[in-house]
Amino acid sequence: MTDVTIRMPTPLRGFIGGLDQVTVPASTVGEALAVLTAGREPLRDRLFTSDGELRRFVNVYLGRDDVRRIGGLEAALPAGATLTVMVALAGG
Amino acid sequence: MSLKDRRLAELRSRIPEIPAAAAHARQREGSLLVDVREDEETAAGSPAGALRLPRGFLELRIEDKAPDTARPILLICAGGTRSLFAAEDLKRLGYQDVGSVEGGFSAWKAAGLPVEVPPALDASQRERYRRHLTMPEVGERGQHRLLQSRVALIGAGGLGSPVAMYLAAAGVGRLTLIDDDRVERSNLQRQILHAESRLGQRKVESGRTALLDLNPTIEVVAQDARIEAANVLDLLGGHDVVVDGSDNLPTRYLVNDACLRLGVPVVYGAIFRFEGQVSVFGGGPAAQRPCYRCLFPEPPPAEYAPSCAEAGVLGVLPGVIGTIMAAETVKLLLGLGQPLAGRLLLYDGLRGEFNEIAVPVDPDCASCSGRAGPELRDLAAVCGA
Repeated sequence: MTDVTIRMPTPLRGFIGGLDQVTVPASTVGEALAVLTAGREPLRDRLFTSDGELRRFVNVYLGRDDVRRIGGLEAALPAGATLTVMVALAGG
Repeated sequence: MSLKDRRLAELRSRIPEIPAAAAHARQREGSLLVDVREDEETAAGSPAGALRLPRGFLELRIEDKAPDTARPILLICAGGTRSLFAAEDLKRLGYQDVGSVEGGFSAWKAAGLPVEVPPALDASQRERYRRHLTMPEVGERGQHRLLQSRVALIGAGGLGSPVAMYLAAAGVGRLTLIDDDRVERSNLQRQILHAESRLGQRKVESGRTALLDLNPTIEVVAQDARIEAANVLDLLGGHDVVVDGSDNLPTRYLVNDACLRLGVPVVYGAIFRFEGQVSVFGGGPAAQRPCYRCLFPEPPPAEYAPSCAEAGVLGVLPGVIGTIMAAETVKLLLGLGQPLAGRLLLYDGLRGEFNEIAVPVDPDCASCSGRAGPELRDLAAVCGA
């Protein structure tokens, strides 16, 4: 278990009280996101399908890498890891 | 014998003189042919593919052009005399294999060897682009390339404004502005292409006015149109780079798919409040650069989509992101450096932080992995609450 920083994109910050990032204890990507969404059903619904898979239009990065390419939600978190949640921005 | 003739005889004994036809053959095999005549002389014609470097600047600039001192160099002047003096100078500088073209450009022309008339900058262009011309990475050749380039800008709004202004200033020869909106006062907090005096005008016309005021020597094409599947190929075809500063997801997907079909790179930027994203998609050899769908395979359904109500954005934010987009565009046009491809730059204005994430090519991408070009279709406007 390590402390992982989760950076949130602007469109989703309203779900976590306007914060731009939070720190949670977790061993895997899935655990970190579970802690993030615990008690925040609308955020959970935004990030995950009913089957518990990350939605296709939500990307999560461990460091620089899309977690889908490095083990998905099972990917282990190194000490001091940073997760970045990202969604498309439309504005120009 | 005059001092000059004595000196030339001495140089001829040490500097190989190469007949024009043989020099041309060596040029094709990799030797660097340098025309050392003055600009006024080369303006009328110069060996095709030659580096034009007047003798007065030869020692000062040759290293930028020929960093490998072992590469064979052939110098040419009008008649084969100045090139002998110049060859001696280059040998002293450390170049190991330097020759002079016998009979110079006169002999080159008489032999029917290929000649090109270098595009010439006039005096006002030289003044305008002086800070480019003095950079070895741009120089006269690069400035010509910019002047001959065509860039389409989707959206003459927040992002389109700084991109268009800097590309016009840089001398990109033809800018196509594509937008179907009119200028409103609420635009002016960030859309620096427009002005109070042009409220109510079509944005593309207002933008054209501003850009030609900045640089009247370029061409600005105003396309008062909304990009759709039916017109996207016509609007974007024939451009070297497309800059996507649109304000909605359906357009972004359509532009991505159209540019993959056209083989044109897209400089992408998107903004929201204090946050921005920049990247370069497509345009490289097949499957070597990701596309927008490699990053976001599909748009969110309406209930999860960004709001279509006018999104709040810090007025200066499109300036931060748009100027990076302009820099990436110029780099692509000039073939300079490493494009911001295969990675997405994220800007957090509140923290004052840039972060970068990897965007690899998705081998299963619905748009760029298939052999057939992606189908072009209009996506329904997706709007969240």
